[in-house]
Amino acid sequence: MKETTFNWSKYILALIITGAIFVIAIMISNYFNDKKLESVRNIEDRIAIDILSSETQFDLIRSSSCKLISNDILSTELNDLASRLGYMEENRPNDDEEILRLKRQYSLLQVKDYLLMQRLESQCGFKSISVLYFYSNEKGACEECEKTGYVLTYLREKYPGLRVYAFDYNLDLSALQTLIKLNKVEDKLPAIIVGDKVYYGLTTLEEFEKVMPGLKTLKTATTTASTTATTTKK
Amino acid sequence: MQVGQFIVYIILFILLYNQVFLLLAFFEKRKTTSRKVTLPDELPTVTIIVPCFNEETTIQRTVESLLALDYPKDKISIYLINDGSVDNTRNVLDSYATGYENIKVFHKENGGKWRALNFALQYVTSEFVGCLDADSFVQPNALKEIISCFHHNPVAMAVTPSMRVWQPNTLVRKIQAAEYDFGIFIRKAFSFLGAIHITPGPFSIFRKKVFDTIGCYRHAHNTEDLEIALRMQKAGMVIDNAHNAIVYTVGPATAYKLYKQRVRWTGGFLKNMIDYRDMFFHKNHGHLSFWILPMTIITACSSLYIIAVFVITTIANLIKTLKELNLVNFDLPSPHFTFDWFFFDTTAATFIGMTLMATILISIFIGRVITNKERLFTVDLVYFIVLYSFIAPFWLVKSVYNTVLFRETKWR
Repeated sequence: MKETTFNWSKYILALIITGAIFVIAIMISNYFNDKKLESVRNIEDRIAIDILSSETQFDLIRSSSCKLISNDILSTELNDLASRLGYMEENRPNDDEEILRLKRQYSLLQVKDYLLMQRLESQCGFKSISVLYFYSNEKGACEECEKTGYVLTYLREKYPGLRVYAFDYNLDLSALQTLIKLNKVEDKLPAIIVGDKVYYGLTTLEEFEKVMPGLKTLKTATTTASTTATTTKK
Repeated sequence: MQVGQFIVYIILFILLYNQVFLLLAFFEKRKTTSRKVTLPDELPTVTIIVPCFNEETTIQRTVESLLALDYPKDKISIYLINDGSVDNTRNVLDSYATGYENIKVFHKENGGKWRALNFALQYVTSEFVGCLDADSFVQPNALKEIISCFHHNPVAMAVTPSMRVWQPNTLVRKIQAAEYDFGIFIRKAFSFLGAIHITPGPFSIFRKKVFDTIGCYRHAHNTEDLEIALRMQKAGMVIDNAHNAIVYTVGPATAYKLYKQRVRWTGGFLKNMIDYRDMFFHKNHGHLSFWILPMTIITACSSLYIIAVFVITTIANLIKTLKELNLVNFDLPSPHFTFDWFFFDTTAATFIGMTLMATILISIFIGRVITNKERLFTVDLVYFIVLYSFIAPFWLVKSVYNTVLFRETKWR
């Protein structure tokens, strides 16, 4: 049954089929990636509407009925959005225009949420701890950012009341650059703002606990979970 | 795209291309796989050599399976060669020395399988001769299937059987069970391409004139069954495959024994590839020389690259995780499992990898279908797909290490 003549047609046909499989795989991959971008866009749209709604609600009722406004506005959704954007950033090229656009929008939403929270704090007396975190993804620009990011993620998971707003220092977004100038954040990353103070190069848990003494007064994730469980039982 | 990613895509392309190529080769001639067994009017004489070294637990079943072959007793001779065993093999073999006209028992000093085979070959006078490892058992129809294959393909100088794992009762044997079924497909596709380059110890049958023409077995880095096939190919001899000639072999029961066996096989293969390097890209050797042999080397290199990337990435991630945990005083986050398709890897490499897996599964199914295996879907498929790629790197790395340092591998 051995082939006595060397037949190139099988090689060419195999090449065509393999090439076709590659093209289909790339098309399927693009389809799912588009779906992912769409899901991020949807979340951003939802958050934008929620923020607008909160601001409008706030303007309507002023400080007379602060009770009507919850102080955990959007934090969960913003965290969810952050993890999705972070995942997409890792798996797509750094200069992906669509990702940069979504990142700009996300940063803007964070600034708006931060401002809203400040208004709630000053006018309604809500108590929360907010951290503005400035990082850079540029190669060699911030060696310690990964550590700072990890510790902040850990703190955010441990203390759901802690609001962490993370910004790419070099992102081309005028509102963000204004925020940086207003707070006089220098190009010595990682940088964080707690209250009115700017701190540089914090990477350990102890350092963060030192600059945020109120952290331990916040409920931990375990406490919140057990409280919720008890409430549900009742 | 980074260089690393690009290399991964190149590897995936080559591996997928190879699978597609073999499937095309198979489907082009698949009709011949359902051919009826037809035999010559007068069956030829056949000698089966069984070299034994410390095979007291399996040799009896091996001999009994040969005695149960559906073949005229006066046409088949069985040579049992005790290669200096130090267990009870001698006594078991001696029990066949009398009362069986077609069995001859020889005892000799230990010299290795290839010498045992050559020792027996000097007494062979039959038209066909084959070997059966003492840990393998043949199905009653196996010899007629092989003789039928010779009958249909008169230019064939050797015919290989299909091999299955005998009683896959451990996890390691279950993995081998699926692997051997994959091997059935591969051997069939190779036979269609004229590219069989191994005549396995269990029941490959040769025309006697093969040895008269190209000489007897050689040490060949303890892979004499590979070397004789390469030598035949080099001499322009045709090797065919009788897929319905089923031979069962006792697979290594433990991971370590499997590792030892595969280090010998893979190491022997690589060293023989060096010895027969002039067969690469040679116009006289067709598909074997232009695709099949180069592909084996490419597969080995690709696997080494993937292993290296995997090991380096795993170590780097481990160090990173430890450093991160150190930052938070090793306060581990509470585990929470939620499925979200968003975080599923949807790069093209994932879908290509899945397609590659699918083609391997299809190949295994083909191996099972053409040999009429009762059950197509078995749990060993899962073990093979999930675990094989984790254990194979160990013997591959060791084999390459041995080859580079010119270290000889041992039988046991």
